[in-house]
Amino acid sequence: MQLLPLVIALLVLTSIGYYLGRGRALTMAGGSSRNLHSLPGYYGFYVALWCGIPAFLVLAAWLAFEPTLVRALVMNSLPPSAQALPEGELRLLMNEVRQFAGGRSYGREPSEIVIAAAEYYTSLKTTGFAALIVFSLSLAVAGLAWGRKRIHQQLRARVSVERAVKVFLIISSTIAVFTTIGIVMSLLFESIRFFQAVPPMEFLFGLNWSPQTAIRADQVGSSGAFGAVPLFAGTLLISLIAMTVAVPVGLFSAIYMAEYAPSRVRAVVKPLLEVLAGIPTVVYGFFAALTVAPFLRDSGSVLGLSVASESALAAGLVMGIMIIPFISSLSDDVITSVPHSLRQGSYGLGATKSETIRQVVIPAALPGIVGGVLLAASRAIGETMIVVMAAGLAANLTANPFEAVTTVTVQIVTLLVGDQEFDSPKTLAAFALGLVLFCVTLVLNVVALHVVRKYREKYD
Amino acid sequence: MNSFANTPHSKPLETDRRMVKVSARDVCVRYGDKLALKHVDLDMECNQVTALIGPSGCGKSTFLRCINRMNDLIEGASVSGSLMLDGQDIYDRELDPVLLRARVGMVFQKPNPFPKSIYENVAYGPRIHGMANTRDELDEIVMTSLEKAGLLAEVKDRLEESGTGLSGGQQQRLCIARAIAVSPEVILMDEPCSALDPIATAKVEELIDELRQNFTIVIVTHSMQQAARVSQKTAFFHLGELIEVGETEEMFTTPRHSLTQGYITGRFG
Ligand SMILES: Nc1ncnc2c1ncn2[C@@H]1O[C@H](COP(=O)(O)OP(=O)(O)OP(=O)(O)O)[C@@H](O)[C@H]1O
Ligand SMILES: [Mg+2]
Repeated sequence: MQLLPLVIALLVLTSIGYYLGRGRALTMAGGSSRNLHSLPGYYGFYVALWCGIPAFLVLAAWLAFEPTLVRALVMNSLPPSAQALPEGELRLLMNEVRQFAGGRSYGREPSEIVIAAAEYYTSLKTTGFAALIVFSLSLAVAGLAWGRKRIHQQLRARVSVERAVKVFLIISSTIAVFTTIGIVMSLLFESIRFFQAVPPMEFLFGLNWSPQTAIRADQVGSSGAFGAVPLFAGTLLISLIAMTVAVPVGLFSAIYMAEYAPSRVRAVVKPLLEVLAGIPTVVYGFFAALTVAPFLRDSGSVLGLSVASESALAAGLVMGIMIIPFISSLSDDVITSVPHSLRQGSYGLGATKSETIRQVVIPAALPGIVGGVLLAASRAIGETMIVVMAAGLAANLTANPFEAVTTVTVQIVTLLVGDQEFDSPKTLAAFALGLVLFCVTLVLNVVALHVVRKYREKYD
Repeated sequence: MNSFANTPHSKPLETDRRMVKVSARDVCVRYGDKLALKHVDLDMECNQVTALIGPSGCGKSTFLRCINRMNDLIEGASVSGSLMLDGQDIYDRELDPVLLRARVGMVFQKPNPFPKSIYENVAYGPRIHGMANTRDELDEIVMTSLEKAGLLAEVKDRLEESGTGLSGGQQQRLCIARAIAVSPEVILMDEPCSALDPIATAKVEELIDELRQNFTIVIVTHSMQQAARVSQKTAFFHLGELIEVGETEEMFTTPRHSLTQGYITGRFG
């Protein structure tokens, strides 16, 4: 499709509109912008908006509805025998038509029906697109002329342009909000379907997780148990290990960075720490699986401990490393934003540096630090890649960090990867898990943001 | 409290009102390459209030910070010359600035109570210096400090509330109480009333006059009236130099230097 040239043509027209509008406003004002209500540029934007917006709206509408429309028309043109086919086969047929029209073979000789339909399809497409070109371009030109005609000295172009900008911004944020709502809705509806098959109580409090349901009725040994407690426990265990690593290391390095490090060291170390945050989680994942886990297993066997080769400890440790920069940079921010006058007051009383930090700076920064830790915790709970690669799949209900455990995120991945039907409880369970995960992290984030905001109010 | 405090000279003699507590000789301060304070000679006497006046940026705060070595905390700042507290070199290598600051307290321009309870604010200093062995002793110190700072009556019933919830004037008196609580010998005040309204200012000035009985006080102020009201001795700084120093009364009635005269009559600065 030749969409790109069309878009470029429209953009060119729009910018021509800008210059025409601006020039006209200036001519009308006799060359001096002081005779105009708004700055000349606003008249330019005014015309450009008139020129561009209707044309692009038409383009967007065409993009949205053209495929459905064409499909419906083609379907109507099919002979009644084909129209009477069952839903699935009809879909296959339409696919074949599209493929054939696109010049690709579908692996078998196309039938008469397909060839005829494909021809019709192609002609519809071409005429439709030609109509689009003509219509949108003429709309752009008409808009340009109309906007240009409306320009006069008293036209409040600035007000109109500002209003257009505002509407544009509102639309953008609405899109974001509706996407979120859409995601939550789909999560919710699929979960409800899951809970029709498995009672919520059994899901939330059951101690046994083995989601292998039978694919065929005659299959044996796969009853399917959806007690999610082992997953929650595994998530909790790994997150706890991660936080045990990340909170002290992150906090102490933040304190060093904010209070002790000379500015030269700080300029080097801070970006280096933040590099940790830029490492893709897959890389952490195979670091955990290939380096940390074998190391733990080997050193465990030297000490006479049995450490599974996929252990909660390995995943938790590496996840902790991943979260360090999170905690350290958030804490660093709040520590440095503790007013200098408080430190001075403390030094002035004869407190040493560490006394000042312990008794004045950290307590003053504590709400912010707690907020940062909570944000990091929600990050840990939702983290997937590391645990998929290093924590294992066995849904053990254990508090022993040397054993393999599994987490909510890992199970979501394994439930959805595979070739089960999409409406079996096994797949739907993923949505229910996702919903739980979403609720937990949402609560953590809300609490964290609230705590952080409350702290902010205190000093600014 | 420490060996430094127990030197033979450390007890101020009540009889000798003219005894010098802090003496500065040829003090220069540099921030990087910039000379901010040039060859200052100044004596501050026991049980007197010494006022430092001068136009903005002339080095008053810089000089004040030399006395408790708060300049140590500023990157690039260096002090030369000699500063003596009771005849002992403040910049002696052996001297621990932390102990010095327990002897030379400081009150800042903007009230800066810690975000802790009123009680904890005052108890902070005594705690870190281990001045009280029991809770009762600590209570005693806190109460007398609040009393001396003229704040006790107002906060008696709300000692557990946050110090940041007090009014600006009360906060500043809380900071003074906090400084008194470690029983310093010298109290430095850097424009302690600049954030306060006239009534709160009057209270603090009254307080300064009372504190003079027990402490040596050095105060920076931009208000000529305040300097005249609270101080016995006034030093006028200009562009990092000490221009003139003398009895406050003399200074305000018959300034010797034309710069001083210009400043106190409000012709510049
Ligand atoms: N931390 C610093 N780093 C660099 N230069 C400084 C620093 N503090 C002060 N100075 C410089 O030293 C000079 C004296 O500053 P100081 O703060 O002592 O003035 P001041 O008399 O207290 O002024 P004000 O009345 O405005 O408080 C000024 O020129 C200032 O720019
Ligand atoms: Mg100052």
